[in-house]
Amino acid sequence: MKKILIVDDEPNIVMSLEYAFQKQGYHVFIARDGSEALVIMEREHPDIVILDVMMPQVDGYETIKIIKENPAFAKARVIFLSAKSKAADIEKGLSLGADQYFTKPFSVKKLIAAVDNLIRI
Amino acid sequence: MPSYAIILVIVGYLSLLFAMGIWADRRSKSKWVHNPWVYALSLAVYCSAWTYYGSVGIAATSGVSFLTTYLGPVIALPLWILILKRVVLISKQYQVASIADFISLRYGNNRSIGAIVTIICVVAVLPYIALQLKAVSETFDILSESSKSTSIFTDSTFYIAVLLAVFVALFGTQTTDASRRRSGLVFTVAVESVLKLVFFLIIGVYVTFYLFDGTTDIYEQISALDGFEKLATFSNMEASINWYFMIALSFFAIFLLPRQFQVSVVENTSTNHLKKASWVFPLYLLLFNVFVIFIAWAGKLMLSSDLNPDYYTLYLPLEHGHRLLGLMVFLGGLSSVISMVVVSALALSTMISNNLIIPYGFLKVLNKSNPSSNARNIKNIRRVSIFILIIGAYFFYVNFNIQLSLFSIGLIAFVIIAQLAPSFFIGLFWNRGSAAAAKMGILAGSLVTFYTLALPFINEVFVEGSTLVSNGPFGLALLKPYQLFGLDFMPPVTHAFFWSMVFNVMFYLIFSVIKKGNYRERNYAELVVNASSYGDLQENAFVWRGEAYVSEIRKALTRFLGEKRTTRALDIFYRKYDLNPQEEKADARLVNFSEKLLTGSIGAASAKLMISSVVKEQPVTLPEVLKILEESKETITANKQLQQQSYDLKRLSDNLKEANEALVEKDRQKDEFLDTVAHELKTPTASIRAASEILADADDMPKELKQKFLENIVNDADRLAVLITNILDLEKLSSGREIMDKKEHLLKNTVTKAVDGIYQLALKKGVHIEVNKVENISMFYDEDRILQVFTNLLSNSIKFVPEGNGVIKINVVKNNQKVIMSFEDNGKGIPPEDMQYIFEKFYQSNDQNFKKPIGSGMGLAISRHIIESHNGTITVDPDFKKGARFIVELKTAGK
Repeated sequence: MKKILIVDDEPNIVMSLEYAFQKQGYHVFIARDGSEALVIMEREHPDIVILDVMMPQVDGYETIKIIKENPAFAKARVIFLSAKSKAADIEKGLSLGADQYFTKPFSVKKLIAAVDNLIRI
Repeated sequence: MPSYAIILVIVGYLSLLFAMGIWADRRSKSKWVHNPWVYALSLAVYCSAWTYYGSVGIAATSGVSFLTTYLGPVIALPLWILILKRVVLISKQYQVASIADFISLRYGNNRSIGAIVTIICVVAVLPYIALQLKAVSETFDILSESSKSTSIFTDSTFYIAVLLAVFVALFGTQTTDASRRRSGLVFTVAVESVLKLVFFLIIGVYVTFYLFDGTTDIYEQISALDGFEKLATFSNMEASINWYFMIALSFFAIFLLPRQFQVSVVENTSTNHLKKASWVFPLYLLLFNVFVIFIAWAGKLMLSSDLNPDYYTLYLPLEHGHRLLGLMVFLGGLSSVISMVVVSALALSTMISNNLIIPYGFLKVLNKSNPSSNARNIKNIRRVSIFILIIGAYFFYVNFNIQLSLFSIGLIAFVIIAQLAPSFFIGLFWNRGSAAAAKMGILAGSLVTFYTLALPFINEVFVEGSTLVSNGPFGLALLKPYQLFGLDFMPPVTHAFFWSMVFNVMFYLIFSVIKKGNYRERNYAELVVNASSYGDLQENAFVWRGEAYVSEIRKALTRFLGEKRTTRALDIFYRKYDLNPQEEKADARLVNFSEKLLTGSIGAASAKLMISSVVKEQPVTLPEVLKILEESKETITANKQLQQQSYDLKRLSDNLKEANEALVEKDRQKDEFLDTVAHELKTPTASIRAASEILADADDMPKELKQKFLENIVNDADRLAVLITNILDLEKLSSGREIMDKKEHLLKNTVTKAVDGIYQLALKKGVHIEVNKVENISMFYDEDRILQVFTNLLSNSIKFVPEGNGVIKINVVKNNQKVIMSFEDNGKGIPPEDMQYIFEKFYQSNDQNFKKPIGSGMGLAISRHIIESHNGTITVDPDFKKGARFIVELKTAGK
């Protein structure tokens, strides 16, 4: 079973995503910010990380940098899911090593499709 | 002592001077050569052979009147320093190279005045130089105990004169620019000043303390002689008047004698040197006169009465067989002669070349030739002048073999030179003095001098048994040369001085008033008279209108200065005034600058001619001159104002910069605000969208979960609504468009309403709200808004206190005109680093609950705006550690 980690400080969004991905057959983990996410990463080594940018404490940019620096997380695919929607924000997110960038509000179906694609590759 | 031995000594002495001059020229910057002592001592060129020998002569024959020549400069010293400083400043600015240049500059670079001054100086100084040669010749004869030689080829004086001419030509004509300093020459003059003083003091001590037993001894012996009274006191009223006139005369001489002008003005390297000179020079003169009277008395007592009293200093040691001492006295005399002749010849040759020969005719020749031959030509004119002057003086001495004493010829020279005084002194302080008046004054004064001094002398020599002096011309007693208009109590020299000055000054004043000078003259007069205020203007103050091409002016300059110096000078000029060197037309400043540049080489008048030959000048009328000068003054004021304005402008631009920075910061804040708003709006929207999408095809979803999703959607929608309301609210409050609806309310009621409104929420979280003490205060405020603030503070506290045992305390206290309300809780408090930010919009403490409270981030910002709209303050108490304490202060007075 593929593991997916959802990192967001918005409980309602997290709830929706958790339900949707569980239904697709993923093993879902939840983190409320970057530092929690890294703890779970160490333990679970998820295949996919869905990452918000604006979070308290360690934000999404910091988190992806740490993920990309650590060879242990090499197989982890990262998808940004953020309300920051300017071209410069998206560019920055992708340049830091993310595979996809979704802006809020987003389509749950498209997000699931993107995750499926990344898993298949 | 054999003649050849003396000649050897003279040649040796001159060689020493040559060597010293060359040494000093090479080290013109060294502190030995360039220092105030050298300057002060060089002024003592004033003490010529006349002082060295003549003073003793006059003391022996007519008593203390010899002192006047030296007291004049000493008494008038403060005035001397004051005037000299000014003359030096002007001269440096305008490259003045002689007294003739200076006077002609004052009257608009007037060519004929320069020439007249030159002629006056030559007439006065040539016999004076002749006298110096006479002194050398006679002392030589006394020392060598030979009789006067009849042929010039065997006359040692001739060779000495030639040597002196070579000396002057060598040190005085190195550059064409006569206003340049000649440090070698000045240094030798200073050294000679020391030598002649030391030698004279030695002979004085020798006479007083070796030949006699001190001053008292001489005095006792001389007072026993007949007619002693005459020698030691003023005999009468006439003599004291005479005394005053002599002092005035010597005061004029100290400025106007060409050699004095040369050393004190032209050779001055720094006006600071005047300070030292102001006490060294008078001290020098006093020292020189200490022993004069005793030597004179000693000579009268010891020497036979047929010996010339002028040479008592020499006779006294020789009479007692002290030949070496005699030789020393001779060398001291020679020193004073050399420095006088050298400096005078140099000054006169510059004047002759720059003010006589070049402006009258020779300029055309110079105009046609190339720069290097021009420089050579100018130098040659000066060298030839030097030789003609010195050799001319020699022949004057030989042929006229003047019978007058050293002292009286010196005085006659003074009287002639004094004719320049009105034009010089009055011209310095009175801007109305005009060129025509100066000429008339000098001419009238000179004629009177000729009539009252020279004519009787010539008449006596050439007309046998003339009655001119005793009866006057054609028997007119009023016109007797020595007693003009019946003035019969003055000696001839004082008499001539008096009348010549009367006529000179009278003509000068009358013609100045009658005939105004032209624009050019008025301009220069203004520059000299107000030197201090125009000092800064320099070229700017020059009044000139016309057309000139830079290329032609450059050509004219190159002809005299050479390519290199011209380019360098113009470079400096363009840089100084920040002008475009490509400009074809010359402006007034360049014209004036070029004229000044040329003045040093070819004299002021020639420079004016030279420049006016390449420019088409248009006359400027007198009112225009005055207007332009007035404008120049205004320019200075305007400049100052401009400076002030530019300072103000800079301050303004600084302010603008600050304002701009603040605006940029505001802009940045606005962007940030919009970003945050967008984020805050998108997040619940995203949540709603995701939940809706899931619900849309979740037929198999359990009912409770479905219910939960639906609740989330409702909450998020509410959150959006509150957010939008708050944003609009904040916008209204911060732009000041929201008007508070202030009415009189009881504060207690409002607090109660706030607590009641939040009661359910508090109960749910188990929070206890204590309203401790609320005074019964009635005041004006917008109750809805204040209620909003209280509710916000209370709900914040509920959010942060621990569930179950939270406590919130409310206090309301009246203090003077203020009501102080505090809201404290036992929550986790506010981190100190956050305290200054919490009242900003969208600020949320990093460390808050995972579940975001509704409408978060704007409550405190809105509260602050509301309280500020009531002229109150809302703060957080930084010292409260048990939780958070907010303090709201409102004024009770006013609506």
